[in-house]
Amino acid sequence: MNVQLEQKIAFSILFLCTLLVVVPVLIILVIIFVKGASALSLNFLFEMPTSGMTAGGIFPAILGTLYLVLGAILFAVPLGVLSAIYLVEYSRDNALSRIVKLAIVNLAGVPSVVYGLFGLGIFVLFLGFGASILSGSLTLGIMILPVIITSSREALESVPQSFRIVSLSLGASKWQTIRHSVLPHALPGILTGTILGLGRAAGETAPILFTVAAFYLPKLPQSVFDQTMALPYHLYVISTQVPGIPENVRYGTALVLLMLVLILNLAAIILRYQFRKRKKW
Amino acid sequence: MSIVIVALIFAFLLKEGLSIFWRVPISDFLFARNWYPISDPPQFGILPLIIGSILVTAGAGIISIPIGIASALFIAEIAPRKTKEVLKAGIELLAAIPSVVIGFIGMVTLGPFIKEIFNLSTGLTALSGSITLAFMAMPTIVSIAEDAITAVPRQYREAAIAMGATKWQTTWRIVAYAARPGMVAAVMLGIGRVIGETMAVMMVTGNAALIPHSILQPVRTLTATIAAEMGETVQGGEHYAALFAIGIVLFIITFLINGIADIYLHKAKK
Repeated sequence: MNVQLEQKIAFSILFLCTLLVVVPVLIILVIIFVKGASALSLNFLFEMPTSGMTAGGIFPAILGTLYLVLGAILFAVPLGVLSAIYLVEYSRDNALSRIVKLAIVNLAGVPSVVYGLFGLGIFVLFLGFGASILSGSLTLGIMILPVIITSSREALESVPQSFRIVSLSLGASKWQTIRHSVLPHALPGILTGTILGLGRAAGETAPILFTVAAFYLPKLPQSVFDQTMALPYHLYVISTQVPGIPENVRYGTALVLLMLVLILNLAAIILRYQFRKRKKW
Repeated sequence: MSIVIVALIFAFLLKEGLSIFWRVPISDFLFARNWYPISDPPQFGILPLIIGSILVTAGAGIISIPIGIASALFIAEIAPRKTKEVLKAGIELLAAIPSVVIGFIGMVTLGPFIKEIFNLSTGLTALSGSITLAFMAMPTIVSIAEDAITAVPRQYREAAIAMGATKWQTTWRIVAYAARPGMVAAVMLGIGRVIGETMAVMMVTGNAALIPHSILQPVRTLTATIAAEMGETVQGGEHYAALFAIGIVLFIITFLINGIADIYLHKAKK
């Protein structure tokens, strides 16, 4: 066969495959936007669900997700950033750091439902927090820890070595160097990772199934030891567990969840782009 | 800290799950054909669940591996710069969609569609699960394979072109060949994601804990079983322990898969 023809055919096939990946994404987004938009209103966003969740709003689920995500971040960011600082700045390249890196890779690969089991075992039962916002936040926090550690590590590693050498040569201590010469430059990268982690935590359902999520609550949570509703779990409940939920309520809930996650991801992408543009070295 | 957490996860799974093996021998647990956790006496054989997971994963792999690798080649080698940025953004977008939303869409669009074409009583089958999961594996496979392809040294391409090879011959025989370890890692990580996926699979596979005879029947996976049944168990009871034991099995499977992927990633870096 003519090699040019062969090339044309091959490239067309590759192109079609790529379309197969990207086009359904657009279709999914369009379906959810079109069918969900009619449900969106201020009442939908800021009211309690009524008549067995078939009407009214989804405010408790939105609020619950915000609480959970906030809790997860409060726990995971300090821990993740400190681990990354240790790995990049202090540890040597030895067996221990190799094991730590392997552990992080594995943490990232653990199925989300296994995190749920773990959260149930340790936070809900062993530490006695019960099914509560605290247990759910900690479980989600542990789940996004690898995301935060990995991106913080990359951010720290991308700060040129010369910055550290100059600072040290001026008599700054190792910690002062990290604090004033390295961290400020790594901050945008760390922030990007944090936002991506946020997006992941907001969308996950399996880890919160047994640690916090409530089917339906008539009132908002009062403390960190209360259960709460959450958006992803709410979508799961109204699309599989409860019959007779109007279609636009289901699509509306999916749309709110999707927008929340996409806005977070978009913010991360923009931040990364700005950071790359500003970078001078 | 990370080591401690990995160890803690494993320790707690063992602590809660091992007690089931006092009552059910490991071989029966893994290979008995019946999962009837709430009948009397209960039967805890996870073979149907393992087969469910394997079937759905294999299906997803068959769909997503060729398409994913092809897209990665297209994005890395052929697409012009601007198109490349758009495509990469699209794939990042796909990775960002929460699994419960993908499950929901699969349930309301793909389910009825499959029911219609194959004339079935329900569209929530292993096939629907495979297609849905293929999409969830795609971003992982494409982005990691694309990294591997981009990392192939420029000289390889230049040398091949200089020898008179067409761009396609270079892409297929030289670049793709050199990027193999990275591609293997991409595939492994994609499969790891599929095996661990819970919500989407629970919503689209129909959830029947029976050994399926074809891909057009409902199945239930390991992950979905944990998620669906944990709410109904008595804490500390046999059923509860059995679900944690499934967690142990999943943990070990993903541990192995990630280990293999890591080895190939290191190979790719060299």
